[in-house]
Amino acid sequence: MAEMIFAGFGGQGVMSMGMMVAYAGMIEEKNVSWIPSYGPEMRGGTANCAVVVTADEIGSPIITEPDVVVAMNLPSMTKFEPMLKPGGMLIYNSSLIEREEGRDDITVIGVPANQLATELGNSRVANMVVMGTLLAKTEVVGTESIKKALRQVLPPHRHDLLGVNEDAIQRGAEFSR
Amino acid sequence: MAKQLMKGNEAIGEAAIQAGCRYFFGYPITPQNEVPEYMSRRLPEVDGVFLQAESEVAAINMVYGAAGAGARVMTSSSSPGISLKQEGISYIAGSELPCLIINIIRGGPGLGGIQPAQSDYFQATKGGGHGDYNLFVFAPASVQEMVDLIMESFDIADYYRNPVMILGDGTLGQMMEPVEFKTPQKRDLPPKDWATTGCAGREPNIINSLSLVAENLEQHNHKLQKKYKHMKEHEQRWESYKTDDAELVMVAYGTTARIVKSVVNKLRDQGVKVGLIRPITIFPFPEKAFAELPSTVKAFLTVEMSAGQMVEDVRLAVNGKHPVHFCGRTGGIIPAPAEIIKVATEIMGGEAK
Repeated sequence: MAEMIFAGFGGQGVMSMGMMVAYAGMIEEKNVSWIPSYGPEMRGGTANCAVVVTADEIGSPIITEPDVVVAMNLPSMTKFEPMLKPGGMLIYNSSLIEREEGRDDITVIGVPANQLATELGNSRVANMVVMGTLLAKTEVVGTESIKKALRQVLPPHRHDLLGVNEDAIQRGAEFSR
Repeated sequence: MAKQLMKGNEAIGEAAIQAGCRYFFGYPITPQNEVPEYMSRRLPEVDGVFLQAESEVAAINMVYGAAGAGARVMTSSSSPGISLKQEGISYIAGSELPCLIINIIRGGPGLGGIQPAQSDYFQATKGGGHGDYNLFVFAPASVQEMVDLIMESFDIADYYRNPVMILGDGTLGQMMEPVEFKTPQKRDLPPKDWATTGCAGREPNIINSLSLVAENLEQHNHKLQKKYKHMKEHEQRWESYKTDDAELVMVAYGTTARIVKSVVNKLRDQGVKVGLIRPITIFPFPEKAFAELPSTVKAFLTVEMSAGQMVEDVRLAVNGKHPVHFCGRTGGIIPAPAEIIKVATEIMGGEAK
């Protein structure tokens, strides 16, 4: 079972990242749930979603002790790192977060997501760079399933962006090796 | 049909359409806005009518009219909007008309907040508006279950000529889960020969909830009560989870029941004998679930996102045999597994062990 929180500010694509993982889990015939945080949020504040992927029945879709936290900006890391299960994994966007002291009972991976995405020619795929890292470092879902999910989540008129998204996944995976 | 990943609110709309609903009247309110949004897009595709009314009061009276004409019709709202609809709901129940009402509850009272809550339990299960009436109320716990129950609800509404309510909360409305739209088992339904469909060649049908002769109104009330009694006898639904040797039985519905299920599994791992009764109908309340519990049971714990509204029904079902405890959060806060475990452990330490 994997319980994950994807967090960042609005526009960083954290909702669709979570949705893609849920889709991919469904493609692999696992049980999945996806919940957005919703509520009165400050402009420029944090958005997040909670995703569960498991072979078993999903009890609570609400996550209080995630296995994985993906933090795309500092407020998200500050908010969710303390919730991680001991032994859990924090993947953070080192382009925007200067990490100093933190927990030592978790695995921490920094990815310069914005920088790598810009190198690929599209800063908006920073989320997919991080996705690549997630796929390389965990066994939540397979890369092929994510590629299929990408075709579901991206509307048809955006399918010209499939290539750069897939490149971003590969770049994120290579970086973390 | 293959599974689709769908948001709860959108799945509500699709389920209703697949069950034959062709009319939707509503007024926007968070956290259920995706329901009217979905209906506004989909209903025209199936030659249906989507109408955003000028108010909740107008919307429910449009439902009243469409139901009176024999149409499959629904409305959807969240707590404050459902309060506004109560007059119309009472009229619809009094006139014995079928319809589906969705309440995706948010924290109250008053305008409250927009976060998930279960604090409309009393309103949903005890009538809600004026007069002696009841709605048939389902409390689904997953998007799939919500879809299945909605597809059945229109038949149930027609069968009993009674409004059916789906009671969800913000979480259920906002979350995405895989869903499959299965053809539900059909009930044998009588023709709607009471509907106002144009009276050429027959006596006019009259849809009305006014009855000024007290004796007649009492007779009408007897008829309604007989209907609710029939529901209580034949329609109770629940899920019992790990209750076989349970010493503490938790009672929870909807989203909260899923959290409690996780809690049951965690406590079982620690060797604590707990189980769960999850009401699926909350009117009729599944009293039968309590009658079939083993003699190992020593106490109950009701868990809700309210100040404890379901506790009363649980106490009535337990009938004084065992203590009924309560653990809950209000205002839009979802109870965390850790706090439920703490309360459950205290109860087990003090009484069950």
